[in-house]
Amino acid sequence: MSVLILIDHADGHVKKASLEALTYGAAVAKQLGVPAAGLLLGTVTEDVAALGQYGISTVYQVANETFNTLDAQVYAKAITAAVGTTGATVVIFSHNQTGKAVAPRVSAALKAGLVAGAVALPDTASGFVVKKAVFSGKAFANVSVTSAIKVISVNPNSFKVEAVGGTAEVKALDVTPVAARVKVTAVNKVSGEVPLTEADIVVSAGRGLKGPENWGIVEDLAHVLHAALACSRPVADSHWRPHHEHVGQTGFQVAPNLYIAIGISGAIQHLAGVNRSKVMVVINKDPEAPFFKAADYGIVGDAFEVVPKLTAAIKQLKG
Amino acid sequence: MKILVCVSKTPDTTSKIAFKDGNTKFDEAGVQWIINPYDEWYSLVRAIELKEKDAATVIHLVTVGGADTEPVIRKALALGGDEAIRVNAEGGDSFFIASQIAEIAKQGGYDLILAGKETIDFNGASIGGMVAELLDVPYVALATKFELNGTTAVVTREIEGGEEVAEVALPVVVSCQKGVAEQRIPNMRGIMAARTKPLKVVEPVGADNLTQVVSYELPPAKAGVKLVAADNVDELVRLLHEEAKVI
Ligand SMILES: Cc1cc2nc3c(=O)[nH]c(=O)nc-3n(C[C@H](O)[C@H](O)[C@H](O)COP(=O)(O)OP(=O)(O)OC[C@H]3O[C@@H](n4cnc5c(N)ncnc54)[C@H](O)[C@@H]3O)c2cc1C
Ligand SMILES: Nc1ncnc2c1ncn2[C@@H]1O[C@H](COP(=O)(O)O)[C@@H](O)[C@H]1O
Repeated sequence: MSVLILIDHADGHVKKASLEALTYGAAVAKQLGVPAAGLLLGTVTEDVAALGQYGISTVYQVANETFNTLDAQVYAKAITAAVGTTGATVVIFSHNQTGKAVAPRVSAALKAGLVAGAVALPDTASGFVVKKAVFSGKAFANVSVTSAIKVISVNPNSFKVEAVGGTAEVKALDVTPVAARVKVTAVNKVSGEVPLTEADIVVSAGRGLKGPENWGIVEDLAHVLHAALACSRPVADSHWRPHHEHVGQTGFQVAPNLYIAIGISGAIQHLAGVNRSKVMVVINKDPEAPFFKAADYGIVGDAFEVVPKLTAAIKQLKG
Repeated sequence: MKILVCVSKTPDTTSKIAFKDGNTKFDEAGVQWIINPYDEWYSLVRAIELKEKDAATVIHLVTVGGADTEPVIRKALALGGDEAIRVNAEGGDSFFIASQIAEIAKQGGYDLILAGKETIDFNGASIGGMVAELLDVPYVALATKFELNGTTAVVTREIEGGEEVAEVALPVVVSCQKGVAEQRIPNMRGIMAARTKPLKVVEPVGADNLTQVVSYELPPAKAGVKLVAADNVDELVRLLHEEAKVI
């Protein structure tokens, strides 16, 4: 019995969401009194043994570069094989892009029940019950996994990365990848931006900004906070901002530590994508805007006046 | 070209989310059911667009659900598609539902299976991947664009901080999200035509449930907003730094 956690990486670096999954997996292993191991498919530039600091004792690595691009089928076959050789009974992913593609396949291959988007550690007092977000963040479900092997994908930003120190033993795992059928022909990354789903802080703006030419004040605020940018749906629909910034029920669901909403009314469909944020700040000139009911802090005022002042004040705080 | 579009029903996005029977069941009282937006706006519309370009394309819709899903399936047929299949089963978990869809897919010999990115009620984002595994075909998740080039699918998918273009030979399962197509409104002709389109009902095959929802809960109520005067942003910064400790 052991816990196996997928170490997901891109451009040679382990993703932050994956460090959260390691922290989560180590906690699950501790709870069950079994060892926790990471599974690294492919290669990274970082020191792999140092991943032990997140509480895992072993990293199994298949150092084959085929795995540096994602083909969910190739990944699932390798992970399924690794679960067999390592005797894992709990398999953990981040509920990020990789986890969403791969965890369901592993679940089906192993006939192992999947809880997708876990927000808490399992309750193992009697059985194995994991809390997950449902109704697009408006509620939670406690899901009992009844199969022998359990698969969990952990919602990004639900677990704080915790480095407890220590090094992991790195063991090579002999898995031959099956032939990839998905061929990646182009990668377009928005350089210099903090990816929305990895961000601790998100600065978001809506139709209250009046037009795309006014986004400078939003970008400046995001910049001083090292925050990712987001927007409401009509903003993306009118092409003021790119689609990958659209949050809400039909856009990205985010759960950062801090969500700052500027000139966004707070429609139920918008809130559905952001209301798992730890702290929400609203800046809106209409005191009746529904967002104030969901927010933790608010300023009733004109964004064009308040936001530059806020940026300046944060700059001062950060020295 | 034969396309299978997975369609599920979900509560309307403005529905009040409440639970009953000791928080073990979703309270459906007064809830309006709609086609899951990802299925309707993106997968289904993209399939219809492909058929508009190539009349030889056949579109089947599949839903796993009770008789009460039929109005939603008819609405989907009003948008387009040739026939619908309803697997008559209620309340299964993701693996159970995926097993049913995989069975329909095996029998129909589809070139392309489209699912939504996720259902907006269960938020599993799982069924597409499970179906692909059960069929042992490739899976491209979170597509933002979908093109066909002969028998090769050219799919743009979301990755952290950007997008990636991938090519894959059919058959393939793809989960669709915003960008793949634009929402359409069904027209009168479509609504009339949908009435006579075949809606087959089949019984489920045996499959396990690997998970079960034991209870639901609502998020704890917020303490209420703390308002700061517009000319006192320093106070907001102080609160965020010292009280909330988020900056
Ligand atoms: C099925 C469905 C799905 C949807 N999915 C989503 C989704 O995923 N995400 C999403 O965001 N929306 C979604 N919507 C749309 C949603 O209902 C709202 O229409 C949308 O969120 C409104 O965007 P907004 O707040 O930017 O604009 P508005 O509602 O126009 O609000 C603008 C706000 O800015 C304020 N304002 C104006 N000027 C200023 C100023 N100078 N300074 C400060 N404040 C100012 C106004 O007081 C107002 O509150 C969906 C709708 C439907 C029906
Ligand atoms: N009961 C169902 N019948 C048919 N398709 C479904 C059903 N449930 C989910 N799907 C499909 O699978 C996708 C992902 O669902 P989920 O994994 O539940 O988030 C949905 O967008 C649908 O396309």
